[in-house]
Amino acid sequence: MKNKFVIMNSEDNCATSLTDIPKDELIQINGNNIKINHDIPMGHKFALKNINKGDLIKKYGQIIGIATEDIKVGDWIHIHNIKSHYLERIGNE
Amino acid sequence: MSEEFMGYERPKGKVGIRNKIAIISSVVCVNRVSQQIANQIENGVAITHPLGCGQFGPDYTYTLRTLVGLGSNPNIYGAIVVGLGCENLSNKLIAKNIKRTKKPVEFFNVQEIQGGSAAAIEKGVKIGKEMADQASEIKREPFDFSHLVLGLECGGSDSISGITANPAVGVVSDKVVDLGGTSILPEFTEWIGTEHLLSKRAIDESVAEKIKATLNLFLDNTMKIGIDFRGVQPTPGNIEGGLTTIEEKSLGTIAKAGKAPIQGIIEYSEAPKSKGLWLMIEPGLDVESMTGLAAAGAQIICMTTGRGSPCGNPVAPVIKLCGNPQTCDWMASNIDVDSSKIITEDKTIDEIAGVLWQKLKDTCNGMKTYAEILGFEDLAIWRCSAAPFQIFQSK
Repeated sequence: MKNKFVIMNSEDNCATSLTDIPKDELIQINGNNIKINHDIPMGHKFALKNINKGDLIKKYGQIIGIATEDIKVGDWIHIHNIKSHYLERIGNE
Repeated sequence: MSEEFMGYERPKGKVGIRNKIAIISSVVCVNRVSQQIANQIENGVAITHPLGCGQFGPDYTYTLRTLVGLGSNPNIYGAIVVGLGCENLSNKLIAKNIKRTKKPVEFFNVQEIQGGSAAAIEKGVKIGKEMADQASEIKREPFDFSHLVLGLECGGSDSISGITANPAVGVVSDKVVDLGGTSILPEFTEWIGTEHLLSKRAIDESVAEKIKATLNLFLDNTMKIGIDFRGVQPTPGNIEGGLTTIEEKSLGTIAKAGKAPIQGIIEYSEAPKSKGLWLMIEPGLDVESMTGLAAAGAQIICMTTGRGSPCGNPVAPVIKLCGNPQTCDWMASNIDVDSSKIITEDKTIDEIAGVLWQKLKDTCNGMKTYAEILGFEDLAIWRCSAAPFQIFQSK
């Protein structure tokens, strides 16, 4: 096992784990250490930056949703703290 | 050196990568007859389904167009259309439409043969064996990739699919298009949330408008009958796998279609009107989707699967790619290309795309996929069941 996670685009503020990453693990990204705050199951995402409630979350360099609460670097990002930006936008049209 | 594959020449400039005889049921009632004929013919394949009678409107049209499309696919040398005799989808009409390809086509109704199904099977086998003899005289020859139509499919997705196998398929789809070929992305319910990105890739404004209009029309009309389609995706299995929103899932889905410009949108089972990348209106059930792709003329399908799927297709070989290391291990006999090496061996998406490209060429040249080896020939035709649903609902 080499790659533990993948960042699809340099504009992304989240990474996708390629293995189960346990809480408290230290991960090196571009020379910086990120402490993982929750168990991240394979295929799930964690924050690369602090993301404020209402901020956009990006993967593939594209918007995949909005933060529904403040998310700290290293936090698990899943349906408890992200919602669809697309559905929000449609709803407001 | 230009890229080539070894295919079977068909009339009107078409090229097949398989040399099958299709035994097509016009109606469910004769499925066993068709199957028993196909079983006794070299390279015979039964095109059976639960439809063909009591259908009307678009529901009828889809079945007709799909059966005609499957028989017309260049992987089919010749077709025998078996009818019962009293169904509303006539075998003669199917046969007449397939004959436009100039390939050998025969048809008969079981009710019109003295001796019933046993005599019908005997008749079908006799015709089929003659066709198979003629087919065996055609030898593979080199052709360029402008003759290839590639279908893009995904099923049982996890969030690994969208970051491993799907982008690798995207690279291969772009390569087929660059070489003058055609590629088709179905499953329009899984484009929802990416309309703005797809319409930006349209070749002109009218195609861009059509992409947006098609999705809006679908969403509005399903809303009218009380279905909020945007709430359906991602599925519970997708969420467990790590996907969170409809746009995240859709971005992973459309990664299969690479970066090529979009030529237009085709209806279910409709053949693309030119070379290049096309979108097909189809709601996203894998077997229905792959049936529609083969009916649209795809000679080969690449299917990505994160959680694992055994499906195949009777007409077009299906190459399975999987990016999930556990699934690649557990379901090894269903996975043709292990794209989990992106994770386990530090391979890049381009390296996996290289492996897939070689597999695609080998499959075009006659190597069997796992689904073919296992004899998995799944077929389902999209039904337009909303109309009867509305008719039987009281106000």
